[in-house]
Amino acid sequence: MTAQPHSGGRASAPIRTEALEALLTEKGLVNAGALDGLINRFVNDVGPMNGARVVARAWVDADFRERLLDDGTAAVGEFGFSGPQGEHIVVVPNDDKQHNVVVCTLCSCYPWPLLGLPPDWYKDPAYRSRIVREPRLVLSEMGLDLEDDINITVWDSSAENR
Amino acid sequence: MDGIHDMGGQDGWGTVTIEPDEQVFASEWEGRAFAMGAMSMGLSGTNLDAFRHALERLHPLDYLGDGYYGRWLASAELLLVDSGVIPEGAVDARAQNMLGNEVLEPVEPSGAKPEYERNGNGSLRAIDAVHRFAVGDRVRAKDLHRRGHHRMPAYVRGHVGTVTATRPAAVLPDSTAHFIREDAQHVYTVAFASTDLWGSDAESSTLNIDLFESYMEAVS
Repeated sequence: MTAQPHSGGRASAPIRTEALEALLTEKGLVNAGALDGLINRFVNDVGPMNGARVVARAWVDADFRERLLDDGTAAVGEFGFSGPQGEHIVVVPNDDKQHNVVVCTLCSCYPWPLLGLPPDWYKDPAYRSRIVREPRLVLSEMGLDLEDDINITVWDSSAENR
Repeated sequence: MDGIHDMGGQDGWGTVTIEPDEQVFASEWEGRAFAMGAMSMGLSGTNLDAFRHALERLHPLDYLGDGYYGRWLASAELLLVDSGVIPEGAVDARAQNMLGNEVLEPVEPSGAKPEYERNGNGSLRAIDAVHRFAVGDRVRAKDLHRRGHHRMPAYVRGHVGTVTATRPAAVLPDSTAHFIREDAQHVYTVAFASTDLWGSDAESSTLNIDLFESYMEAVS
């Protein structure tokens, strides 16, 4: 696969988006309704509220918490949360000795069925570059000051585990 | 490939910005670029790994220029052109026509959809191969410099860590991104000490990363 030259001087991204949609629509390969459906799903139906429901259940249901930590994929499946970017879910607990933080340094992989599409800060090169090297400082800058005796584990989701 | 996408450990990107009232899509075009990006894999007869590789193949200025969904748009276009679904230059020509600059639009695609065999949906596979590594093993991330797609960041290569978990086997992205074959392999979570990765003055932390079996070698 060849690398691409810089595409200087092209029309803006919004215009190119419109152009691509027009080309694919003319070929009968996409239609506005199908695009709207996918967009609406991630704007309205799937988002961090899914993950929040899972965590809240774990707070009040010790058996569920155990299942969640043992087999995250099956446990979140009890809520019907599955699909692309959720093939294998690993759940790790924070406590007063351990704080976990997740990143995808290579693109911006994210557990879509549980949290929706990644927020801007997760996709920010500043986060992708620095969280693996100076997580305590980055978390502090983001508003989370952790005590010095709390261990930080950073998870770089470089394969298909989320 | 070693490129702009492999950001782990880079300096110079500043502080992380959090937008408190962020919308899922900041502009309408971003939602449509996302949707077409997601559909482009099926329409082009490719796969998720090829899409990720398309992101990496963009010129670094294009990778950054229009943000995350700008990358998705450009990668969708790249896969659709590669596979002959649309001709090269068709998006640019149509965009110019939309802007009122009358240009001829190319009509003959030159690419073709890839021919390769998939043994299932998604990326996870059940395989019979024996695990070469076990939890607790000390392993080295190989010092690979593959020119094509792979999923081993530069910052772990050559370093020694400890296997902390085995994960479901998955297709090797290095193979599927290039439509060679499905090389399903075991995947392991490997833990590295921050001081091994970033020097003795580094912040104390542990870095867990998922590595495919062929990325790893035993440390005696």
